[in-house]
Amino acid sequence: MSSFIAYTIFGLFSGAAYAIAASGLTLTYTTTRVFNIAHGALGMVMSFVFWDFSVRQGMPTLLALFLVLFVVAPAIGWFIQRFIARGLGEGPVSVSLVVTVALLVGCIGAATQIWPPESRTVLPFMVERSVTVAGTNVSAHQIITVLLAVAVAVGLYLLLNRTRIGTAMRASVDNPELLKLFGGKPESVAALSWAIGTSLAALAGILLVSQVGLDYYALTLLVINAYAAALFGRLKSLPLTFAGGMALGLIEAYSKGYLPTDGLLSKVGNVIAPLFLFAVIVLMPQSQLRIGQVKGIVTAPVPSFTKSVSWGVGLFVVTLLFTAGMADADLLLIGTAATYAMVMLSLVLLTGYGGHVSLAQFTFAGVGALAYAKLDAPNLGGLFLAALIAAGVGALVALPVIRLTGLYLALSTLAFAVLMDKLLFQADFAFGFGGTLDAERLSLLGRQVESTQGYVMVMVAFFVLTGVLLLVLRRGVLGRLLIAMRDSPAACGTLGLDMRWFRVGLFGLSAGMAGLAGALFAGLRGTVGAADFQFFASLPLLLLAVVFGVTSVTGAVLGGIGLMQLPVLQSDHPSIGGLFFVFIAVAAIALARDPNGIANVLFKSGHWLDRRYGTQVRAAIPILPTRPPSRDDSGDSPDAGGPGHHHGEHGHSHAGDPVVVTQEEVGAHVATRG
Amino acid sequence: MSLLEVEHVVVQFGGVTAVNEAAFAIDAGRVTGLIGPNGAGKTTCFNVISGLQRPTRGKVHFEGKNVTRMGVHRRAKRGMARTFQRLEAFGSLTVRDNVRVAHDISQGLGGIVRPSKSDVDALLERVGIAEYAAERADSIPTGTARLLELARCLAGDPKLLLLDEPSSGLDETETDAFGELLRDLAAEGRGILMVEHDMDLVMGVCDEIHVLDFGSIIASGDPAAVRANPLVQKAYLGYSDEGPAVPEGSIEETRTDLPVIDETTTLPVVDPAAVQEATR
Repeated sequence: MSSFIAYTIFGLFSGAAYAIAASGLTLTYTTTRVFNIAHGALGMVMSFVFWDFSVRQGMPTLLALFLVLFVVAPAIGWFIQRFIARGLGEGPVSVSLVVTVALLVGCIGAATQIWPPESRTVLPFMVERSVTVAGTNVSAHQIITVLLAVAVAVGLYLLLNRTRIGTAMRASVDNPELLKLFGGKPESVAALSWAIGTSLAALAGILLVSQVGLDYYALTLLVINAYAAALFGRLKSLPLTFAGGMALGLIEAYSKGYLPTDGLLSKVGNVIAPLFLFAVIVLMPQSQLRIGQVKGIVTAPVPSFTKSVSWGVGLFVVTLLFTAGMADADLLLIGTAATYAMVMLSLVLLTGYGGHVSLAQFTFAGVGALAYAKLDAPNLGGLFLAALIAAGVGALVALPVIRLTGLYLALSTLAFAVLMDKLLFQADFAFGFGGTLDAERLSLLGRQVESTQGYVMVMVAFFVLTGVLLLVLRRGVLGRLLIAMRDSPAACGTLGLDMRWFRVGLFGLSAGMAGLAGALFAGLRGTVGAADFQFFASLPLLLLAVVFGVTSVTGAVLGGIGLMQLPVLQSDHPSIGGLFFVFIAVAAIALARDPNGIANVLFKSGHWLDRRYGTQVRAAIPILPTRPPSRDDSGDSPDAGGPGHHHGEHGHSHAGDPVVVTQEEVGAHVATRG
Repeated sequence: MSLLEVEHVVVQFGGVTAVNEAAFAIDAGRVTGLIGPNGAGKTTCFNVISGLQRPTRGKVHFEGKNVTRMGVHRRAKRGMARTFQRLEAFGSLTVRDNVRVAHDISQGLGGIVRPSKSDVDALLERVGIAEYAAERADSIPTGTARLLELARCLAGDPKLLLLDEPSSGLDETETDAFGELLRDLAAEGRGILMVEHDMDLVMGVCDEIHVLDFGSIIASGDPAAVRANPLVQKAYLGYSDEGPAVPEGSIEETRTDLPVIDETTTLPVVDPAAVQEATR
């Protein structure tokens, strides 16, 4: 009985902290329509700042707390709203997801850079004080946490319902433009809600840090707990959000207390939040199709079949020449780059073409690798079966959220990635705790590809094949449908397309591509383990895909090489390892609104060079192919209209579209529509 | 049995009732108009019929089957198609590819038969926008885009066409041609429900008209009857220009219990002092 009370008290304590975090998340989301995936990461950074102030610099606890909660956190929140998140809410969900994922990665990079890994402790508040309730010791810290949660709840209620700015906050949820017309200032409302939101993330982080430890990743994952609680409140109701936080805290505490301490179930206690999240998502009501949102589209050019095949053959030949006589260690790097490029290719399909964001592509690769190693059938059949299993798992992840829209899909992929990372990949039937599995290299036509160079070339060949296949799909029925779905989901629905199953299929196909990459990777390395497919790896992957161009196969090639270079650069320059993450984050934030990325810059300069020097070069070397008749050689498919800026003139609806037209352009359309 | 029956549909947004007990029926082979002032609930009715909006109460029957809780795409598969007041053309595809996508969707993705270019072009020809076939749908004029939405609907050979302000953006000649097209489509046995503000088109093309005001049907009938209906005129103009707002011989003749007041009537004279006294 007394242990039950102890678990209850512990659950109420952590639930109170989750509720505080969740209310901040809900506040920011409802007032600005930006779901901040970096919410937990901001709390993590603020906890480090608190440690820095109170322990390293030796400030009194209260002063440090005051500085963090009322100066540093609000300032950072304001800065983010002013310079990073502004206007994201009106754009497609995929852009705001990428930007906040970049924030998350940037926070982790900054924290590791400023506070390199070492042992740090933050003591609970009033550590030596406690009271005894029904025979159970309740620490002052726990009481303070619950009281603070109540104070936050009351404070937010008063702010939203009893003050002018609170009324403006609630009004800006409904229509920021209208609020502006009536003299309200949506920008200052947004800045205030980001300031408060960051402060609440900081408070939650600081309250939990004595419990979970000053860890870059553990506190970052707090966003899943907060998100689960916030979803419990349907991202609207603060009382329900608090109830959700408390429920989550209690379930977590009881599962820690009463689940068996060995076997798979013993680890379930670590993944209560993702499980809770899935349960809440399944219970969410169906979201309705929305009509009439003005968005524009810019898509990277789609090369013709012959052109994509010749570029593919070119890539193959160049790699073949480049890798000839290369040392095995370097060959492994090239193979890794090919793996990453293939995983990015799966993002080209899902994000670049489909407008959906997945934060678990590496996990799907891990599923493929696991299946390949477990099947122990190193031939084409085993390879494709492994990819098929990954595709099935991907479809299974999308299944609970098929009724819902992009944001929920993305967040449930994050929850899924954490679930796999912390629970299933480490289970005995998978890689085992800290263990690895052996995987043999692929056999083609009955002969095993033993040399590393040969194997790398097989991987490149697979990449080229999937890339060409993807472009064929893009130019055909599937590509047309994907564009149509992005342009107007409502029209697709009323024409008879069941988008829910289409989305599941798309997600499965993308996961299958990632799984294929993972399976090939397993063969390349010979041994694979859970450590190769940690949840966090999918985040820089997404960011680099966006930076290099998530709408083109070229972008995937460049992104794969870039991602392969990242750990190399980090180990070559350990003193600035964290800065690389910050750099990627900044680049992704800068380029998130143009997902064609660096690849498109290359296309543009290629066209420019061709126009400038093409004639002379062709005159000098007559065997070169003549210049195509127009810049886009895509027949009558105008979405391939190259870098020319096309955008919707009419009221198109693109829930997941990667590009927004600027406000001025929208205005111009309204004017021309007359 | 009518093709479509809307039964006592109520739609409430928070405290606002957008559609209030609307009930009407659409027959195959006829053009039916749904008219009413702005904000009368016409587009909300369309959304309820096509499944984009769940009604708070009431039912929608299509070909005798209750489709009230059926998903958008399944209604489409049963033969409903609609256009949108705020255009929903696939802006980054060509006009031709817009129709192709509609074909692909209606045939099912597993369908082996892809529409030939000439099939698609014949459809564009029919609605009169063949010259725009190769242009991006977001670069064509609004009126043309509306016709494109119609062509896209026709790619699925629908039994019921729901057209939301199809003629806005069309000039006079185009509107005339459009009216003829509607008659042709109805003659093929399709039911057509059209929300439209161009009264000449509505009166000229429709077999039947329902008038919606504040979410309720206030009048139904053929164009002549609706045009003459004083309630309709009041809804549109705020007053009725045919005869008094209150029809003759309603109150005076029915309320026989009231005293008749004329020159001979003597009214009681009130003494102000007495009133003061009484109220003190």
